[in-house]
Amino acid sequence: MSDQRTEVFAALADSTRWRLLEVLAGRGRGTATTLAGEMPVSRPAVIKHLAVLGRAGLVERRRVGREVVFAVRTEPLAETARWMAGVASEWDARLLALKRLAEAGPEA
Amino acid sequence: MEDRIERDVVIEAPVDRVWSLITEAEHLGTWFGDDGADVDLREGGEIELRWEEQGSARCRIERIDEPNAFSFRWAPFKDPGGVEPSAGNSTLVEFTLVAEGDGTRLRVVESGFASLGTTPEKRRSNLDGNTEGWDQELGELAEYAALLTA
Repeated sequence: MSDQRTEVFAALADSTRWRLLEVLAGRGRGTATTLAGEMPVSRPAVIKHLAVLGRAGLVERRRVGREVVFAVRTEPLAETARWMAGVASEWDARLLALKRLAEAGPEA
Repeated sequence: MEDRIERDVVIEAPVDRVWSLITEAEHLGTWFGDDGADVDLREGGEIELRWEEQGSARCRIERIDEPNAFSFRWAPFKDPGGVEPSAGNSTLVEFTLVAEGDGTRLRVVESGFASLGTTPEKRRSNLDGNTEGWDQELGELAEYAALLTA
């Protein structure tokens, strides 16, 4: 497990953050205020969740004038999804090996 | 959808045979590991799986319900030598065996990826308390985000 992937898993282990990431992806970018308008949690809670997502590398923040604007960074998500797909294909390979062994008969 | 991987396969062999293959060391060390295995076949017992190249993984048996259900936690992510499976470093692997005609439908579910890396300290700093699982597949979210932020 890479440290970044562990951070991504930990950050996504919360359904509010998952939803926040979806909302942010759907908007392209947003401030804590605009995002809080679309979330069932308060603006301070949104800011805290954005900080967790930021530590995992899942969102980036930029200062635009007096505002702080957030956007999704897709690469860590894609990397983690690829890793999950790799875990799934390892199971496919194992189950195929098991099937061959089982069907070869008890003497195999 | 939760943070899980599900696979199933139909095997042209009786349930008892498949049960032996997934619970006995001489077999686990062949199709799962490739360099042998040790199995202490009781709930709470340990399995060690060995690979020639990747080292070994340690598993803690959670449930034995012969010949239909077998599950263990494992922590295959830190090599070499393996680590003790615990709440923040392991996933749960559940095998379910169901007779189907003369054969067996074997399902495997590996779950708990979302809790990897969530030590108690991290849980506190992440304001968790809401870890019931992911709403949808990670791949879908990644694709969605890539599409909309492109």
